[in-house]
Amino acid sequence: MPLSGPLRAGDAVNRPLALPFASARVAAPLRWDRWTLLTLALCGFVALPVGTVIATAVGPDDGIWAHLLSTVLPVYASNTLWLMLGVGLGTILIGTSTAWLVTMYRFPGRRILSFALLLPLAVPSYVLAFVVTDQLEYAGALQRALRALFGWESAADYWFPEIRSLGGATLVLSLVLYPYVYLLARAAFVEQCFCLFEASRTLGQGPLRSFLRVAVPMARPAIAVGVALALMETLNEFGTVEFFAVPTFTAGIFDVWLNMNSITGAAQLAALLVVFTFGLVLVERAGRRRKRFWATSTRVRALPEYPLGRGLGLAAAAWCALPVLLGFVLPGAVLASYALDFYAVTLSDYAFPGYLWNSLKLAAWAALCTAALGTLIAYGVRVSRDPKIRGAAEAATLGYAVPGAVLAVGIMVPLGLFDNAIDAFSRRWFGLPLGLLLSGSAAALVIGYVARFMALGYRPIDASFSKVTPSMEGAARTLGHGPAATLWRIHLPLVRPSVIAAALLVFVDTMKELPLTLILRPFNFETLATFVYQYASDELLEECALGALTIVAAGVIPVLLLSVGIGRSRPGHAAAVARAPPAGAV
Amino acid sequence: MFRRILSVALLGAVLASGEALAGGDEVNLYSYRQPFLIQPLLDAFTEETGIEVNVVYAKKGMVEKIKAAGENNPADAVLTVDIGRLDALLQEDLLEPVQSEVLTTHIPAHLRHPDGLWFGLTTRARVVLAHKDRVAAGTVQSLADLADPELQGKVCTRSGKHGYNVALIASVIAHEGEENAEAWLSGVKANLARKPQGNDRAQAKAIYEGVCDIAISNHYYMGKMATNEEKPEQKEWAKVVRVVFLNQDDRGQHVNISGAGVIRTGKNKDAAVRLIEFLAGEGAQNMYAQDNFEYPVRAGVALHPMLAEWGDFMADTLSLEDIARHRKAATQMVDRVRFDEGA
Repeated sequence: MPLSGPLRAGDAVNRPLALPFASARVAAPLRWDRWTLLTLALCGFVALPVGTVIATAVGPDDGIWAHLLSTVLPVYASNTLWLMLGVGLGTILIGTSTAWLVTMYRFPGRRILSFALLLPLAVPSYVLAFVVTDQLEYAGALQRALRALFGWESAADYWFPEIRSLGGATLVLSLVLYPYVYLLARAAFVEQCFCLFEASRTLGQGPLRSFLRVAVPMARPAIAVGVALALMETLNEFGTVEFFAVPTFTAGIFDVWLNMNSITGAAQLAALLVVFTFGLVLVERAGRRRKRFWATSTRVRALPEYPLGRGLGLAAAAWCALPVLLGFVLPGAVLASYALDFYAVTLSDYAFPGYLWNSLKLAAWAALCTAALGTLIAYGVRVSRDPKIRGAAEAATLGYAVPGAVLAVGIMVPLGLFDNAIDAFSRRWFGLPLGLLLSGSAAALVIGYVARFMALGYRPIDASFSKVTPSMEGAARTLGHGPAATLWRIHLPLVRPSVIAAALLVFVDTMKELPLTLILRPFNFETLATFVYQYASDELLEECALGALTIVAAGVIPVLLLSVGIGRSRPGHAAAVARAPPAGAV
Repeated sequence: MFRRILSVALLGAVLASGEALAGGDEVNLYSYRQPFLIQPLLDAFTEETGIEVNVVYAKKGMVEKIKAAGENNPADAVLTVDIGRLDALLQEDLLEPVQSEVLTTHIPAHLRHPDGLWFGLTTRARVVLAHKDRVAAGTVQSLADLADPELQGKVCTRSGKHGYNVALIASVIAHEGEENAEAWLSGVKANLARKPQGNDRAQAKAIYEGVCDIAISNHYYMGKMATNEEKPEQKEWAKVVRVVFLNQDDRGQHVNISGAGVIRTGKNKDAAVRLIEFLAGEGAQNMYAQDNFEYPVRAGVALHPMLAEWGDFMADTLSLEDIARHRKAATQMVDRVRFDEGA
């Protein structure tokens, strides 16, 4: 890192309040103050479902491991790793490059593209998978046109890449997941102090080298968070990979669970997935442990926005437009054309508006709860300055890497125990049967979403906290504020854009969420996603296109809000200045 | 700050404005079948009996959900699309033995559990679809023929891991033993035109498109494609293939069931039994046959004209419990021969 500053290099991001005597604290036992207890309790609550899955894994495996190891486990593992590698590279390439272009350069369509690049986030991956295969497979529009053009008669006459393959799955997942990287990278670029970039340019480095050697390393925490989210989503993905006939680890989990009737074996596979993810998170953390990322200059100027020449400008516009076209415009247009043909099927279900209302209600609750708990946990980690607490927080985000249906089982078991205990207590003492208080109602869904999406809630907020210089709260604390007051009066105003961004991300993802919703919902409770699923599960997407289009449309609004939020988050922007002093200042 | 807290609380109250379950006579159903397929049947049941039916539709996790709820489990009955899920419930001891004269009278003994733990409501034959011109009549007559090297590059199917295929392979294991079954499955794999993918309908489409000549499919998809007014292209897919019932000279055509069972911890078990009796009744069986192209279990119910035209066939009478017992072995066999990687 080309940075040096008043604090020593050892004062890592994860101990932002580290003062010179802090290094002695690392080995010190946990201090059991209120914040530590609160943070641990919250982490425990959120991590309970994953913990239940791991507990379920304890038991005999019925010879399933021996079978898997000698047959398909290597295939599952290699498919999963290639998929992660492909999606990782794909999302970094698309997300980071487009974020840099729309932040730093002026070219035709830049303003619109800077919004539009987020739109694929609103498209459920199974919808894009369906549309892409529908267009690109043998019977699809593209190959039909090619056959007509060249006079080919059958599949034997020409070569065309197999769409239902690892490559196809990588393409689709990269297109729906790159917005995470784009979102966070762009926010990081917007907040960056360009004195360093300009210094690099002054020292004779070209724009590309300066981008790769200064801007990207500076934005690394943000990019890492974005990629981590994309990869966790890739790991838990089932519908899309099944559709592309690519058996990954998740496919193995369901196979063992449902076809071999071994929930224990399935939980063992899922636990392995959790451990693997935790390992990745730790490796990434270790990689930037001795680095920190807050800027040292107080000078924040408007972004330069270098104009690009005609040719380069068009090339930049084309590059940024491509993912939007493939990831949003294409599926949107195909869905719209299906919807025109089949809207009657959807509208014949008179309860359709109710499904939309249910989806919106759940998404709002999930967003509110996840963002609130994520903020508290991130702040608890910061206040406690203890790596063990940070570990607990990381553990609380692992639900995102577990397939939703498996996580649902991890949720219903503790909720069932809780509900039955309360019910027994109430019957015993008040003669009042309560039934299933939580697991019988939509509350189970909200709890499930919090457990599933805490990665979306915690990580962006935590990354944002890491950019708040410790001297800020040092000042607040010196002036007599306690941790709670400091959070409310200093941190919340500073990290508010991230909290809102986290809430919006959770909102959009909850709208799309399917496996957990299917399993945990109460009787007669349809959301847009479950309504679409009853058709989509039989590859009848046309019949429910209007429903799918409504999911996308309902996701577009929060996605656009996200984009507005980033534009405003530049220190020195009028709104930011009115709110608080610039976050980057020391 | 107080105002903010108040506004958050108000927002919460608005969001919480919730749904109350209907009181009175009701039955709570976990369904593995899609709501748009069964809702007309359930509506007819409510109309006839006044009993409301509350439904959750899901394909996974229902066994665990019933277990986790313990004695407070709200579900009274399940509807499934194959024997696999019924057997999973049975293995976990979640099903209630039902004594019903209506059911024992109208459902043949081999299509229900001897103690009344589950009941088949319709049967579905897993048949071969063959291209009318490209495949000479008599080329495929049994499951064994699908492994004939003559058919190399001509066979299409969905994933070997799908419940329908797992049950089919399990039936081969039950009849011929693991060793023969594995040699057969390897033979079928060697004949695959492409990596197993898509659903059953997609296989007929693949024949129409010339990707392959022969496909394995549940029979009712033929009916759904042939009568699809909204997507007339599917009529074309159905037109180019003929249905072949397999093993008519020996053990008979493999069939699976859609079925139902009553949950042991349910609170409305009587209503649940009434629902299953209704589904086995003449009216409902007729709806299954005419609207979904399934074979009714009840004797004397007319088949859909299209199925009637295919003619009678001899069904494999292997007990469904035998098939269920071999599901794990079948799944592991699919892994061993790497069926889903294609030829």
